[in-house]
Amino acid sequence: MATTHNVQRVEAEHTSFGRTTVYEGELLRHSAYTRVVHWLVALTFLLALLSGFALFSPWLYAWIAPIFGSGARARLLHPWFGIAFAIAVLFQVRGWAYQMRWQPKDREWVKHAKDYATKTDEPEPEYVGKFNGGQKIWFWVMAWSAVIFLVTGVFLWFPEILSRTAMWICYFFHDLMGLIMLGGFFIHLYEGTSGIPGTLRGMLHGTVTRAWAWTHHPAWYREVTGRDPIRDREQDGGQLSR
Amino acid sequence: MSEEKTLQTKAISAHPGSVPGRHMQREVEVCKMIDATTCIGCKACEVACVEWNDLPFGETTFDNTYQTMTQTRWNYWNLIKFNEHKRADGTLMWLMRKDQCMHCADPGCLRACPADGAIVQYENGIVDFQQENCIGCQLCLSGCPFDIPRFNPTTKKVYKCSLCSDRVGQGLEPACIKSCPTGCLHFGTKAEMKDLAEARAKQLRDVSGFENAGVYDPDSVNGTHVIYVLHDATNPEAYGGLPKTPRIPFVYTLWKPILKPLSLFTVFAGVLGMFFHYVSYGPRRTVPPPRKDEHGNDTQRPAR
Repeated sequence: MATTHNVQRVEAEHTSFGRTTVYEGELLRHSAYTRVVHWLVALTFLLALLSGFALFSPWLYAWIAPIFGSGARARLLHPWFGIAFAIAVLFQVRGWAYQMRWQPKDREWVKHAKDYATKTDEPEPEYVGKFNGGQKIWFWVMAWSAVIFLVTGVFLWFPEILSRTAMWICYFFHDLMGLIMLGGFFIHLYEGTSGIPGTLRGMLHGTVTRAWAWTHHPAWYREVTGRDPIRDREQDGGQLSR
Repeated sequence: MSEEKTLQTKAISAHPGSVPGRHMQREVEVCKMIDATTCIGCKACEVACVEWNDLPFGETTFDNTYQTMTQTRWNYWNLIKFNEHKRADGTLMWLMRKDQCMHCADPGCLRACPADGAIVQYENGIVDFQQENCIGCQLCLSGCPFDIPRFNPTTKKVYKCSLCSDRVGQGLEPACIKSCPTGCLHFGTKAEMKDLAEARAKQLRDVSGFENAGVYDPDSVNGTHVIYVLHDATNPEAYGGLPKTPRIPFVYTLWKPILKPLSLFTVFAGVLGMFFHYVSYGPRRTVPPPRKDEHGNDTQRPAR
């Protein structure tokens, strides 16, 4: 049994994608491969988002388009950023589809989304596993957005494939999806950083603290530590649950 | 230089804010009137257009009609559409229609364009593409109810008839008008041309027996600055697909100018809301985990 004074290094993961070192008091959250894929998705998404929103509104055009050199350059690059995004998403879906599968307990989370936002439910209830319902929704919205972006985008890129009518229909849904993804992206950014402190390191270094897991993902905490999160809470004399 | 006159701008594509210099000068609306009933399909206007605008020569196609090619191209802005029309009594009739940009008062291309200044509309009604600002997205193609803008894949720019804005700005008529040998093409103010067209339509109805003769100047795009006199104004589709009621897709009339900015505003309001959520509710912080199990042992174990 290790002591808290002695920091013990536990090599948790080592693949050709990188190495994740888990120290005592930490849990492995995301493997190096998962992190690489996530940041590839993030990077390509951001480029596609920026170049796309440059052309989205006259009010954004004048200051976002110059980032890429000009409006014409933003337009030229945007489809390629989009294709890179779709490919990155493909790898992410391959890696996460099983863990992100929709389960009855996720409906429970959605029902309590308001409690979650107003923080009346902390610590997190038992039904939240490695990913909560909100994270799963974001994941699938993103995965399907890639499909919608790709299909509508191809017809915007090559309008001669279909008709001019198809082009404005695609334009509309491409726009709509862009807005949904912009909103979702801001929420994701907030939740992943200042909204839930201790989350970002999971995606940067691969590890989170056991306390973080116990607080935000109790079912996952039980799964990886073998301990009962509810019993752990009760033994603390109810102090943890306010 | 004293004769030089600058065309006054009325609308600019994707331009945030007002149009600089608008209402600074009075300007009459110009109009090209095409009398389809006296066009003989000689194509002098096609040649004049290519000549004046210095357009590179393109291959013509032959499909057993009098038409030069199937449709206008990025380097061929003006095309006589030839149609063999079968009348109710079974006799045949040749319909010739000079097809080019209609210079709509409410231009769908300009509405669809996301690039600041790529499409401008002058006070005189001319809708002109400014290729140096064009980003090659081709959305104007989907905004135009007349299928006019043409994309050049090499330069990645879109081109169309400019109503010879360079000539009109200097007080000259468009090149096509100057070349027309039958006098079926006229150029002047919108009011004058409308009068002339109506008079000719009346003549066709009263004297020539074309009881459905009329003027094509569709209200659905607030009128056009190219108008036609047709033998049968109730069936413009017969003239090589001239739409009876040209419509700009709602995406460019309702979504793009109104609902889209509102939606974008809503998203940014949501970001502001998120900031205040952080201020008023604060982050979901990590609660310290249990330190001891029921036997009093430390629960901190090496992971995995």
